[in-house]
Amino acid sequence: MIVLNGDCSDVRPGESVADVLARLGLDLDARGVAVAVDGEVVPRAAWESFSLGEDARVEVLTAMQGG
Amino acid sequence: MQRTVGAAGDVFTIAGRQMRSRLLLGTGGFPSLELLAQAIAASGSELVTVALRRVDPTARGSLIDVLADAGVQLLPNTAGCHTARDAVITARLAREAFATDWVKLEVIGDEDTLLPDAPELLRAAEELLDDGFVVLPYTTDDPVLARRLADLGCAAVMPLGSPIGSGMGIRNPYNISLIREAVEVPVVLDAGIGTASDAALAMELGCDAVMAASAVARAQDPVAMAAAMRSAVEAGRLARGAGRIPRRTYATASTPDEGLAIFS
Repeated sequence: MIVLNGDCSDVRPGESVADVLARLGLDLDARGVAVAVDGEVVPRAAWESFSLGEDARVEVLTAMQGG
Repeated sequence: MQRTVGAAGDVFTIAGRQMRSRLLLGTGGFPSLELLAQAIAASGSELVTVALRRVDPTARGSLIDVLADAGVQLLPNTAGCHTARDAVITARLAREAFATDWVKLEVIGDEDTLLPDAPELLRAAEELLDDGFVVLPYTTDDPVLARRLADLGCAAVMPLGSPIGSGMGIRNPYNISLIREAVEVPVVLDAGIGTASDAALAMELGCDAVMAASAVARAQDPVAMAAAMRSAVEAGRLARGAGRIPRRTYATASTPDEGLAIFS
């Protein structure tokens, strides 16, 4: 089961980070977006090539008002 | 006599970045993005903080677009992080998201007061500095800790006046003065500002800049308060440079007695 932003998801193993972003309505040019998988940063340049493992924990983050 | 304070030549520099404004603005707590944009304009701020949170596909409006239109530099924070590890990962994600290696480093040690966790803060600062970040740590009003952070290579220190969002002003002005003496890097008074006079006091104590967030965002009229903070920072900066008179216990006449008429 792949966990996306803290919730169980129907993302399947083998999907790329870019696939997950598309599910959230985000494209590869999305400004102010960063992705971590299993606590490690996935650089923008690797979004298309990075394929998710079986129990990946994916965090997709963006700018929020704060501080 | 050379005048630089408050004049065109008075430039505020962090890590080589020159700014005219000595007011940093937080973006949290504004009722709308429209009011945020107006407040940024009224504040004159060139450096504003943003947080990093999970994408909300239902969110309306783009904070990033508003800040890009305002022409300000982003200062991502690590708000909400309780460990060095979380803060370091958050900073790295912010670098990816916002294409900046600047970070306002917050590592919180207590849920009620949101006071910094000193050992974790030092650990995170060291790791981020090794990784090439420009680190601006949110710290307590402890001059020794501020010096440790500066010695590590932090580009500025951001001591609190009082707890985040408390509006209690500067509870220990003496310590803020000591921090100004203890470090060479810019001192940015962060947290606790409640109203304009608190910002002016920070500058009078020798701070190089002031960060205001809740005090502006949660004011009844955020745009007017942003303008008030801008004036207060400028006034405090001028007063610091002008040199205040010493405090005395008793009166010192400002009008001379010489030539005083005698009527009885």
